[in-house]
Amino acid sequence: MDEICIEVNGEALLLDAAGALWWKAERTLVFADLHFEKGSSFARRGQMLPPYDTRDTLGRISAVVSRHAPKRVIALGDSFHDAHAGDRLDEQERAILADLCNKMDWIWIAGNHDPAPPSWLGGKVTEEVAIGGLIFRHEPQPGMNDGEIAGHLHPCATVTRRGRSLRRRCFVSDGLRVVMPAFGAYTGGLDVREPPVRSLFVDDFLAYLLGARRVYAVAG
Amino acid sequence: MTTVMLALNGPESALAVALPPLFQEWFASRDWQPRAHQLALLNHAARGDSVLLVAPTGGGKTLAGFLPSLVELAGASIHRKARLHTLYISPLKALAVDVARNLEVPAAEMKLSVRIETRTGDTPPARRLRQRHTPPDILLTTPEQVALLLASRDARRMFEGLRAVVLDELHAIHNTKRGDLLALGLARLAQFAPEARRVGLSATVADPVPLQRYLVPQPLHGESRAALILGASGARPEIAISASEAYVPWAGHLALHAMADVMNAIRASTTALVFVNTRSQAERTFQMLWHLNDENLPIALHHGSLAPEQRRKVEAAMARGSLRAVVCTSTLDLGIDWGAVDRVICVGAPKGAARLVQRIGRANHRLDEPSRALLVPANRFEVLECEAARDAVLAGELDGERLKRGGLDVLAQHVMGVACAAPFDADALFEEVKSAAPYGQLARDDFDNVVDFVATGGYALKRYDRYAKLRRTPEGLWRLAHPRLAQTYRLNVGVIIEEPMLDIRLQGRGKPTGAGGRMLGRLEEYFLEQLAAGDTFVFAGQVLRFEGIRETAAYVTKSDDKEAHVPSYMGGKFPLSTFLAGRVRELLSDRNAWANLPHPVGEWLRIQELRSVLPKPGQLLVETFPRGSREFLVCYPFEGRLAHQTLGMLLTRRLERLRLRPLGFVANEYALAVWGLRDMGGVDMARLFDEDMLGDDLESWLAESALYKRTFRNCAIIAGLIERRQPGKEKTGRQVTFSSDLIYDVLREHEPNHILLRATYEDAGTGLLDIARLAEMLRRAKGEIVAKRLDRVSPLAVPALLEISREMVAGEAHEDILREAEDTLVKEAMRLG
Repeated sequence: MDEICIEVNGEALLLDAAGALWWKAERTLVFADLHFEKGSSFARRGQMLPPYDTRDTLGRISAVVSRHAPKRVIALGDSFHDAHAGDRLDEQERAILADLCNKMDWIWIAGNHDPAPPSWLGGKVTEEVAIGGLIFRHEPQPGMNDGEIAGHLHPCATVTRRGRSLRRRCFVSDGLRVVMPAFGAYTGGLDVREPPVRSLFVDDFLAYLLGARRVYAVAG
Repeated sequence: MTTVMLALNGPESALAVALPPLFQEWFASRDWQPRAHQLALLNHAARGDSVLLVAPTGGGKTLAGFLPSLVELAGASIHRKARLHTLYISPLKALAVDVARNLEVPAAEMKLSVRIETRTGDTPPARRLRQRHTPPDILLTTPEQVALLLASRDARRMFEGLRAVVLDELHAIHNTKRGDLLALGLARLAQFAPEARRVGLSATVADPVPLQRYLVPQPLHGESRAALILGASGARPEIAISASEAYVPWAGHLALHAMADVMNAIRASTTALVFVNTRSQAERTFQMLWHLNDENLPIALHHGSLAPEQRRKVEAAMARGSLRAVVCTSTLDLGIDWGAVDRVICVGAPKGAARLVQRIGRANHRLDEPSRALLVPANRFEVLECEAARDAVLAGELDGERLKRGGLDVLAQHVMGVACAAPFDADALFEEVKSAAPYGQLARDDFDNVVDFVATGGYALKRYDRYAKLRRTPEGLWRLAHPRLAQTYRLNVGVIIEEPMLDIRLQGRGKPTGAGGRMLGRLEEYFLEQLAAGDTFVFAGQVLRFEGIRETAAYVTKSDDKEAHVPSYMGGKFPLSTFLAGRVRELLSDRNAWANLPHPVGEWLRIQELRSVLPKPGQLLVETFPRGSREFLVCYPFEGRLAHQTLGMLLTRRLERLRLRPLGFVANEYALAVWGLRDMGGVDMARLFDEDMLGDDLESWLAESALYKRTFRNCAIIAGLIERRQPGKEKTGRQVTFSSDLIYDVLREHEPNHILLRATYEDAGTGLLDIARLAEMLRRAKGEIVAKRLDRVSPLAVPALLEISREMVAGEAHEDILREAEDTLVKEAMRLG
């Protein structure tokens, strides 16, 4: 994979094309909005989405983890789609997740979908965490928040070239803060032009679109 | 002139039942003679036979369909007690309303005590409720409303006494997904009212047999057919083709050069319908006509993207007879009769003979006078197509259609509806479904998979049993798990899936984007997403400047530009029909027929013959030549743009594997042009065009095809996997599109044989990808490929190559650049030696 590195509040961060953020100096890997069991959450209400989203998401997490070998993982909230999602994982999926949690330090940031991850799961649960020059939380706070790494908004961007348009998930950053793309298999998106994303940035920002092998920077 | 042909009964039986005196007097009071096909239908009805009536418009077809019902209702000595006698189903709600109004006339004039009511999406809830409890004698409605009525708990009570079902415009609906839904509904109705006869009303079709089958329940073995009555054919239409001896364009679809002809034809008509093939073409044509409209004739515009109020205004003005012309798309192919229309003008390619007949039939609804039509080809190939279509129509030949099988997604929706009405037995329902003609070949496995899908999603990984929507009762019946599910079903019934659309809002200049604005209509999201702020396009008859998209609306301002930068927002929906393509191929190879063609077209073909080859009807010509710094491969399958696009995707994959470095391709209705960096003349064409490209190459392309994902989305919505509406809230198109792509990716990865993916594949065969047609072409081309290596571009290749330059400059379509490119190209192609 080609790597794109950005500097945020003085820290060098690598944008992994899978949609994760790799902070090499701290050997810390960050995922946002995993939304485990979103499929079964819909099934409960009558829309029988394919029940493969959790294993799909877990498979992609494992791939990123083996690529970077982190000592710490931060999940930026909304890791589970609802308060009971953790109970709906099957044996195999629990085993994979438990194994990941045992191998490295996990920090589960609380989200609006999952105030508390399931009790059987290892790792630390917290509202937000500050490490070095960065602060990790679920929902980006309005105003100046230098060094904030957040999720929640599921940013997407559309590029148009020669009459073709392409919509992709993306990182959004102005060098001071980052909004991360959602990582879950069924997580949709909000266009970066919409006020909730746009209004977070005082000046210009870049959208880093997830491609097959690398991310592509596009003016926001 | 009026003769009746009875396919299954001798002509003498047409006189067996006389019209009751009351009706005879009514006909006499109007100075009418009952037509032979009206009497014939009366006869069949008296015996309880189902009938297909095929007749052109203007033949009293609708009255024929209802006459037996009126006679029966008039003769009922004690009035039937609040029981539905006749159910009329039309694909258009406006048509149902119009027919009801027309039916009131004889009912009132004969003082029949008959209650006639309509039921559409606009019917107030109170009346809907009353209709279920005390139904009218005759109810006029749409397929979706029938599905809703059948899914209610009192469906049996409502339909038990039904005596007749009248299906209007059957030709337009039987071979579509709506037709599948209706067929399943008819099978249901047959359970409640086995003795109710059916009447199908159809315009002229190439082969009536599929419609005859569609009308009646099919036995497990063999087949049943409704009787066939052919109405008298009308006077032969007068079809003129506008053609200039001096100039016929090489490419393009706008027919700019012929607009003066169109304007003159409008001047010479009382009221003209100007049909075009796409909405953007409607916009452009409308604009151009306005430039020529010195007398300020009232000319209006009508297409599916305009705001409903605006469309209704135009329709009302038409009905009053206060318009001289309407520029319209297929939205006016079917529907209400407008007496004043005396000429139809078709701009662009007719696409099919049946479509042309349908459109011509919109002019002059009196049988004994010819309909007048003017065809306006926009380019050379379209001249050939117009000639071929005119010959076919005058010879009374029409395009046949490939019969599609009943959709599994539609079946899933129906199964849910059945469960909403009452618990069902799977064996009995399977037999019932198989009695519907489109589902005659349904395998039990597929049926069981569909039921399983409705119940729990039908996944190999049985994760959703506890959320099942259908559960087994102790007696083994399938029942609805929760009444709330019936509510969701009712909100989502129907199989018409709109593309995700955005509102177009016009705001004042200088206002911040998104700050309100008047609604002009709706356009496809995928078109609008391709625009950058500042791009201009034509919509609702004016040039607009795109400002941006906010939530579910695109905001625009008025533009001062005369010409729009972005030329189109929709390709033609309908590909050239197979039948018409065959006729064009014949015309192409028949030198004698060229005499009738305008001079520039004949010359074009003669030089092609000298410079390259004109393929014989069975042959596929493949030309290769260099041009500029590029190498080209152009083939001429004549299978329509959709099939050519699919072929283009597959060919470029193969050429890439052969390391010929293809760079791109462009497809039109007639040809496909591929270009690249290396000479493609040395390729073994038989290998390149081998049928086996429909195997792995197709598979791997489908995985990422946006068109295929769109097809999947439609299936997922129809089948109920994705709900458009939930009680209390409605999803916007944006959300549906995006999440369905994600679901597609996950499903394909983890369960590639899922029933919904199979339904999608089946759809793609005839839908946006037209794989079935491509497959037929590849089979036909076997051993019939004529490969021609040329040192430069051939005359026949010019239109396709011009489309390339058009696509390349899209976004800044400077006519000068195009014209320049065209001139050089034409000189090169037409130079002898």
